[in-house]
Amino acid sequence: MCICKLAHLDQKSSTGEKQAEVEETLKRIQAHKGVIGTVVINAEGIPIRTTLDNSTSVQYAGLLHQLTMKARSIVRDIDPQNDLTFLRIRSKKHEIMVAPDKDYLLIVIQNPCE
Amino acid sequence: MPAKAGDRHRQGQSGPSGGKAVPPRPPKAVSRKRDEDVSMEAGDGVDEWAAAKTLVKPPDQLELTEAELKEEITRILTANNPHAPQNIVRYSFKKRAYKPINYVDQMAVHFSLNGNMIPKDSDEGRRQSIRLSTAAEKAPVETSAVTSEEAEIKDEASTGNTQAAGEEEAGGSGTAETTERAEAEEPPPSGVKEQKLANQFNFTERASRTLNNPMQWEIYDAYVEELQKMERSKEKEKSKAQVPKREEEKKKGRRLTSLESQSDDITKISKAAKIMERMVNQNTFDDIAQDFKYFEDASDEYRDQEGTLLPLWKFQYDKTKRLAVTAISWNPKYKDLFAVGYGSYDFLKQGQGMLLLYTLKNPSFPEYVFSSESGIMCLDFNNDHPYLVAVGFYDGNVAIYNLKKATSQPSYKSSANSGKHTEPVWQVKWQKDDMDNNLNFFSVSSDGRIVSWTLVKNELVHTDVIKLSGEGTTMQGPEGLQLQMLGSGTSFDFHKKIDNLFLVGTEEGKIYKCSKCYSSQFLDVFEAHHMAVDSVSWNPYHLKVFISCSSDWTVKIWDHTIKTPMFVYDLNSAVGDVVWSPYSSTVFAAVTTDGKAHVFDLSINKYEALCTQLVVAKKKNKITHIQFNPVYPVIIVGDERGHVTSLKLSPNLRRMPKEKKGQEVKKGPEVEIAKLDKLLNLVRDPETKAGK
Repeated sequence: MCICKLAHLDQKSSTGEKQAEVEETLKRIQAHKGVIGTVVINAEGIPIRTTLDNSTSVQYAGLLHQLTMKARSIVRDIDPQNDLTFLRIRSKKHEIMVAPDKDYLLIVIQNPCE
Repeated sequence: MPAKAGDRHRQGQSGPSGGKAVPPRPPKAVSRKRDEDVSMEAGDGVDEWAAAKTLVKPPDQLELTEAELKEEITRILTANNPHAPQNIVRYSFKKRAYKPINYVDQMAVHFSLNGNMIPKDSDEGRRQSIRLSTAAEKAPVETSAVTSEEAEIKDEASTGNTQAAGEEEAGGSGTAETTERAEAEEPPPSGVKEQKLANQFNFTERASRTLNNPMQWEIYDAYVEELQKMERSKEKEKSKAQVPKREEEKKKGRRLTSLESQSDDITKISKAAKIMERMVNQNTFDDIAQDFKYFEDASDEYRDQEGTLLPLWKFQYDKTKRLAVTAISWNPKYKDLFAVGYGSYDFLKQGQGMLLLYTLKNPSFPEYVFSSESGIMCLDFNNDHPYLVAVGFYDGNVAIYNLKKATSQPSYKSSANSGKHTEPVWQVKWQKDDMDNNLNFFSVSSDGRIVSWTLVKNELVHTDVIKLSGEGTTMQGPEGLQLQMLGSGTSFDFHKKIDNLFLVGTEEGKIYKCSKCYSSQFLDVFEAHHMAVDSVSWNPYHLKVFISCSSDWTVKIWDHTIKTPMFVYDLNSAVGDVVWSPYSSTVFAAVTTDGKAHVFDLSINKYEALCTQLVVAKKKNKITHIQFNPVYPVIIVGDERGHVTSLKLSPNLRRMPKEKKGQEVKKGPEVEIAKLDKLLNLVRDPETKAGK
């Protein structure tokens, strides 16, 4: 019994560790040179973690969600065994990068320094 | 009848033009008479000619005067419609008055019949002709389209084919056919010939649809899920022996996942976050990434034979700022991943150690971080299990880190009981698995022992392989005892082909050639250097050649059958490390404590370096180690401040020998061996040559 409980604790701590790791990675990304903002969107399209103001986050969330779905359906239609891993939109002012992961979306807006 | 009606109309029209109102009757009589005349003429032609013309007058004929009879009345035939009104007047609400309409429609339709002929060249005509011609071929075309679709989706292609074929042949149920046809409607694979598919289902553009019916990939996903479920059920059947523990684990796993799915868990984007970090870094260091991939120094053509090193990324971590890089090694599996060991060479300032794994894809943060109490002095990746790293510490311990596990502690570690070294471990090297398939590695230390460590049942078991005692090392101790002084090993290297053969460099400057089989005796001793041998390394191609470097400022190349070195290079400063390049048997690089990296190519210049470049700030920093990347033309250099700098080799430094025209460029280890042999032959004494 005790062993099982310890095993349970271990698993929990590993998820806690994993969480801390991901948080740290996000912090590093945000602190990186040229990064304007980061938004994490959950499966329902709601920003769960963002460094931009609410209205902008919601706007990015809605628009990029649709685009990512379209891009994913393009990739998968051409070959169903393939899947979208990353999407980059380079505009005059900055670059929007979208990393989909299952139903979640991680959006980063960066200004690549010339 | 119609003829008579026409007459009447004519009569009516000619009224206004003629100016005379002729009563309708006499013309009728005249026409009747004419008819009778005609019939009579036809019937009694002969009689008429014979008999005199007698005018037969009907009783109601109009009496006309001669003048009137001779009058000519003009008749005009027009295309006007007699039924159409001559003038039409309509009430205009706008003008509140009647308005005459000038144009009156004159068309009278006598007869209309809708035909069913279409021109051959029209769209519909073409479609029909195609349909007629492909009616016979339609059945086989559809099966091929369907079967290739099925093959994409299902793993068991053969069963899929037979299923589809069977359905087609049987004539299938309507739904099965429609689904198959719907699949065929999607961009068909190459099985379908180049023909226009008739649109039987009113195919509309996907972009203009609001709701998209099952996509091809949704169907694929459903199949994959089914397959996985089947596999899982099979596994469950197999592993019934380990039921209790596994079940509990699974339950816990399930409980945890259910908790996670309820809340917005950030761990779900861990993979995405990792990729994103690399992309952000790529954007920031875009020019370096481009240089790494594409830049080839064009000025090398004009530089005679010299080359340069182009600095690329610099890797540093704030926790290792005080530590020196003591070991670097590339991962055998992932060519962009490398491990860096941190510690301190200073005897007095010993602190903690760190093991970091960096990837070229993310220059700003290491992938793995491990910390230890004692400084790390050496490390080595296992070739068969690239997630295992063997590490040697300053306090004499060795450990194995498992990268697959999440902990930051080593999986296995030696201890004072289990035979750790009493002096710093200077080098560790993995060996092939022993006969029981246990992992094993060797370590060399200043305490003069070379120890083989084997991982048996999750424990490190040590075996002393050799003790570096030699002639002239026995001393007279107190009370007449003979003390055996052991040499201090500082580096070693195993031969690539001959398993048992290995070389050990010592602090006294000697290099011993040893074999694993003979534990008490050396095969040979080379009086190599005047100071400690920092690194010794076999040539990756040539079986007899090895290189050694030392703090006595020299780098020497040897043939292990000959006691004297083949080539000696003096580099004006203590040499920290020397490595052969993986792509050529004649290229090697050395680093010195004055911050310079030297790259030599024996086939081009036997006496001088092709490139001597300052890599780190001269006075404050010393370079400690160097490594070539196995695939890319990149070297990494570690220094005393905890920085690792990556540099790209310019084309001159990686030149392959030019072949004469007409000959193929030979590649492969034999060529490399031959190249080096040629050079060695020039250097060898004719006596030894004859002696062989």
